[in-house]
Amino acid sequence: MQAVREILVIVLILLNFRLLGTSRLGACVQTVALQAVVIGLLPLLGPRLPAPWVIAMVAAATLVKAVVLPALVRRALRETGVVRELEPLMGYTLSILTGTGLLVLCYLAGRQLQLPQGGAGQLLIPATLFTMLTGLFLIVARRKAITQVLGFLVLENGIYLFGVAFAVHEPWLVQTGVLLDVFAAVFVMGITIYQINREFDHIDTDRLSTQGLKR
Amino acid sequence: MIWALILVPATGGILAFLPLAVRWRRVLLVATAALHFALVLASWQVPAALSAADGWLAIDDAALLFLTISSTLFLAAALYAIGYLSTDTKKPIRDYLEGFDFGNRPEGIFIGCLLLFLATMSAVALAQHLGLLWVAVEATTLTSAPLIYYHRHHRSLSAAWKYLLICSVGISLAMLGNFFLAVSTTAAGAGKEITLLIPVLLDHASVLSPTWLKAAFLLMLVGYGTKMGLAPMHTWLPDAHSEAPSLVSALLSGALLNCAFLAVLRMQSVLAAAGMGGFGRSMLLLFGLLSMLWAAMLLIAQSDYKRLLAYSSVEHMGVLAVGVGLGGVAATGAMLHAVNHSLAKAGLFLVAGNILAAYRTKDILSTWGLRHTLPFSGFLWLAGILAVVGSPPFGLFTSELMILKGAVDTERWAVAAGYLAALGIAFGAMMWAALQMVYGSAPRMPKETEQKRDTFLSVAAPGLLTAGVLLLGLWIPGPLEEMVQRVAALWGGAL
Repeated sequence: MQAVREILVIVLILLNFRLLGTSRLGACVQTVALQAVVIGLLPLLGPRLPAPWVIAMVAAATLVKAVVLPALVRRALRETGVVRELEPLMGYTLSILTGTGLLVLCYLAGRQLQLPQGGAGQLLIPATLFTMLTGLFLIVARRKAITQVLGFLVLENGIYLFGVAFAVHEPWLVQTGVLLDVFAAVFVMGITIYQINREFDHIDTDRLSTQGLKR
Repeated sequence: MIWALILVPATGGILAFLPLAVRWRRVLLVATAALHFALVLASWQVPAALSAADGWLAIDDAALLFLTISSTLFLAAALYAIGYLSTDTKKPIRDYLEGFDFGNRPEGIFIGCLLLFLATMSAVALAQHLGLLWVAVEATTLTSAPLIYYHRHHRSLSAAWKYLLICSVGISLAMLGNFFLAVSTTAAGAGKEITLLIPVLLDHASVLSPTWLKAAFLLMLVGYGTKMGLAPMHTWLPDAHSEAPSLVSALLSGALLNCAFLAVLRMQSVLAAAGMGGFGRSMLLLFGLLSMLWAAMLLIAQSDYKRLLAYSSVEHMGVLAVGVGLGGVAATGAMLHAVNHSLAKAGLFLVAGNILAAYRTKDILSTWGLRHTLPFSGFLWLAGILAVVGSPPFGLFTSELMILKGAVDTERWAVAAGYLAALGIAFGAMMWAALQMVYGSAPRMPKETEQKRDTFLSVAAPGLLTAGVLLLGLWIPGPLEEMVQRVAALWGGAL
């Protein structure tokens, strides 16, 4: 089981690189959904099977993150007719190189953070941090509003991975609330993208205003 | 009682989305605001702390203080909204900056989101579970984003997008902070299940793993600090405050920022109980001073009066953080300052709405001669700016002095110097703008808006708020004084 978990974590890291290196937004959405599935599988492969209600919560979260949210983003993609992210603020080769650097940093940082209960696997903390940083990087280094939403989802995935991996069992009410909030956030962002598209015929956030979103 | 504080505005908000007659919807807005205010006032009468839902929601002193601020401002904003919505025409409006026409979003969505926004802010104040607190804070972002995009044009859309994205990302970090805190509880290994309920955390604070607790605090400070507008995470704030309708800016600045601060403070209380209050306080001090100085620099030669107010909000959030960071009498001052600043700033934003409606520009240099064109608004503008820069006899003078006293008492001269420098710069920059706008000659009014003069509804709400700040400067009611001291003690106020 431990071996399968390790493989899944490595798959997760590779998926992050795919996000960093592709310009096709459809593929990005697919990757984010796949990530959610991988993260959802991790707790099931632990040393012992979690309680039924935990499994139910994880299943619900995976359903929302792997099916519902990607469907929302895909709809926004269809409505706006965007296929590719051209001219990102940072090129794809450079993005992948940056990602490699980030991964090294995450690995070094992960060794500093000692988990109290231990036994979570060597790569888990670095993978968590790396997923979060990939999300933040996508938000900062891409222009399209949709890619920024995807970055937000990746960031959420990373944080969720932390919760799942370390068996942080929050009460179901909180988990439901968190899910609802993420869902609503993506929903509202989707509406906003639709509005941006209708107002300007493009969804480059850095052309929205003179100040733009360059950060 | 507790449920009513959340459910009343939530129900009102949902009702407002229904296709109602325009007049009924406005009645609904004011009625809900008044009912909420009455409920908050009634809570002051209840002696002991009430709790509901297994202690997940409770009215403790801190909740009551921040609820009172939010509810008072909301009532004022609701009264102002009646006048604002009736003069805001259905016709396309000419944009003053770039000359295109734009419309507004449907009033039903606006009023509905406004009421839901109040419900979520109440939930933030009442939440006693850190997970629930997070959910509530994120919900305030989602309900207020449509309010910022009320005027349909690209600058407000850009501001709403920036707000939504930056705050959501910031708050995600706070979620990670929650997880870190959960990890720190498992480290205890006491065999007991320690939940994220604040009273439980306070009881077991000594067994929490210190490293994870510190990391959790930092993540929450950055996360909720983004929402609160602490520099350097404040970048969404000036855009959102300047593009949103003025009554929304008033609520964002006066009520929402405080709610985010409350979230930071809840975590600070846990840290203090774990014996690491000093670490938390020094971090608050650092971010607070940075915000004050940063905002002071941007206040100089600011040409847009709504942005002027927005940066002033960043500065005052810095003041609050510095106050709690210093502890002791300064923490008491900070809680008092939260009340004062909310009243003064909300009043100012409402007046800014009047000025914008009459002049159709946010440029300070084009809005001279308020004394002649809008005598009442002009007077309130000057009074409000005087209040907000901390001149006597307004309430902010007292609270800022208390914070200064806290710095001097503990002999932190560098902090006192930075604090005074930032306040001094802000005084100069804001008074310059106010004096130009009120006493400057040559009013250049666009012809089409000649009829937009001060009306009763447009000056009553800001007038009452400004009068409140004046009153707090002259006399602080006994119950409020005791309350402020008790609340400050929660974050290590009594050293």
